[in-house]
Amino acid sequence: MSNKKIRFSELLLGALIVLSGALLMLLLVTILVFVVIRGIGSVNLSFLTSVTSARKGTVGIAGNIVNTILIIVLTMLFVIPVGVGAAVFLNEYAKPGKLVSCIEFATEVLSGIPSIIFGLFGMLFFGETLGLGYSILTGSLTLILMVLPLVIRNTQEALKTVPDGYRHGAIGLGAGKWYMIRTILIPSAMPGILTGAILSIGRIVGESAALLFTAGSAKLLPKGLFGIFSKIFQSGGTLTIQLYLSATSEGDFDTAFGIAFVLLLIVFGINLITKLLTRRFDATKKK
Amino acid sequence: MQKRTEKTAKLVFLVFGLIAVISVLAITFYMFVKGAPAFLEVGALRLLFGTSWKPTAENPSYGILFIILSSIVGTAAAVLIGVPIGVLSAVFLTDFTDGSKLGRRISQLLYAAVELLAAIPSVIYGLIGMLVLCPAIYRLEKMIFAGSDTHQFTGGSNLLSAVLVLAVMILPTVTNISVSSIRAVPVSLRSASLALGASKLQTIFRVVLPAAKSGIMTGVVLGIGRALGEAMAINMVAGGAVNIPLPFHSVRFLTTQLVSEMSYSSGLHRRVLFSVGLVLYVFIVIINLLLTRLRKGEKSHEQ
Repeated sequence: MSNKKIRFSELLLGALIVLSGALLMLLLVTILVFVVIRGIGSVNLSFLTSVTSARKGTVGIAGNIVNTILIIVLTMLFVIPVGVGAAVFLNEYAKPGKLVSCIEFATEVLSGIPSIIFGLFGMLFFGETLGLGYSILTGSLTLILMVLPLVIRNTQEALKTVPDGYRHGAIGLGAGKWYMIRTILIPSAMPGILTGAILSIGRIVGESAALLFTAGSAKLLPKGLFGIFSKIFQSGGTLTIQLYLSATSEGDFDTAFGIAFVLLLIVFGINLITKLLTRRFDATKKK
Repeated sequence: MQKRTEKTAKLVFLVFGLIAVISVLAITFYMFVKGAPAFLEVGALRLLFGTSWKPTAENPSYGILFIILSSIVGTAAAVLIGVPIGVLSAVFLTDFTDGSKLGRRISQLLYAAVELLAAIPSVIYGLIGMLVLCPAIYRLEKMIFAGSDTHQFTGGSNLLSAVLVLAVMILPTVTNISVSSIRAVPVSLRSASLALGASKLQTIFRVVLPAAKSGIMTGVVLGIGRALGEAMAINMVAGGAVNIPLPFHSVRFLTTQLVSEMSYSSGLHRRVLFSVGLVLYVFIVIINLLLTRLRKGEKSHEQ
């Protein structure tokens, strides 16, 4: 009797476990299928290369693509040196103690802050106090804070796997510490640094809440090389921001799904690249 | 010469290292400095426990109690739904699929699915929620409140939809961390339990999961943080009226309050929104402190 009861509850639990796994799979498949079916029709060459304009009768996201790329490039330009530098400091210079645990705690806190708070801070500090207003630069500066923990952590992991023999060897041969870091450590840690960079790009591509009040939502294409430079100081909406606006205030679901399709392609591409990178990274670690 | 380069390098690295600390301090400072004034202007109690939100009325009132409650109730409900599914999925991934070659394939595929779900931008979750989930919830709403004259129909944009979207969004976090903490449970524990005659499921639920408890808790707390801080996706499905958090009510969260009103607010209204940001920030700080304690516990456990 009691044996039967146990068997029944076991069966139920087993079924629940399998169902949960199936549900997870189903969720992904539903999202993929829905976005692909509704989105693929909107995506064509003119969608990717023109700007939405009632006068010309075109629908396109070229301006948003340029804005997204500008924000990625600007953010990376700042965050890679700073993040790698911070990791080098933590791993190579600082002795374990209060300062290190303080920096590590701050990094952890930073990675736990939701993007809407970053957006609020970015708007208040970079936008208003520093007077940068709604601009690509304000957005980038905000995102630097957001993705900094990703870069620091991945670089740190990579630095930890560089054998101490490399360090002793270089120093023993008379190299200065800075020279050793530049020529031995950073190149050896490159896969980890790259992983951090690519993960950061993925985060930036998918980010919306931190950009709404910082980078704004303009979607026009900059004109010429000078236009791109001055664009840095002007408002510019990324793909995610345009998706949000298309789906809510503009009510244009075709564009929204077109952007969703493009975003999924980018995000999954990034996912694939990180996988390949970590695999190589692990392979070199085992050697 | 070389000495000077070395010194400069060290100094530059130190400065880069301190940027994270400075950022956290600056964010905290700004949140308090900008968020505190409205507490004094409106009165802390009237702000936190007031139930009427009429920022643009002639005689404006700024009560954010329902907004705070919506965030708490929404997050709690999302965690209640998302965590069991996430943990059970993790069990499926780790203990149900090993052995056969097909099983390993399924496990790899599912793990890839978890990673992809984590990578999907939140606006896409919101978009799918608007067009797939909300209509379904609306049908349910029409069925439940068929004869009611008092119910205000939300068209499917309500707390329930937001909770379901949040539950889906925290799934990858919970699953991922549960998987790694279940994998960290020593094989000897499992073997001992199985050798004593416990069934596979008994082993999982009585031995493996309790041993992985602190890791799973970390995943839960991370999930809470993610749900509490999510803004865009739920702004697209929650309706957006300031309301008592009941399943079929259109609601506002702390985050969506900022998203939807920041652009047109000014004066005291704007300062109250900063206070909303401060309340959110305080919640997040508490969760972060909890997380640090949990992680410390885990580390001392390992040793």
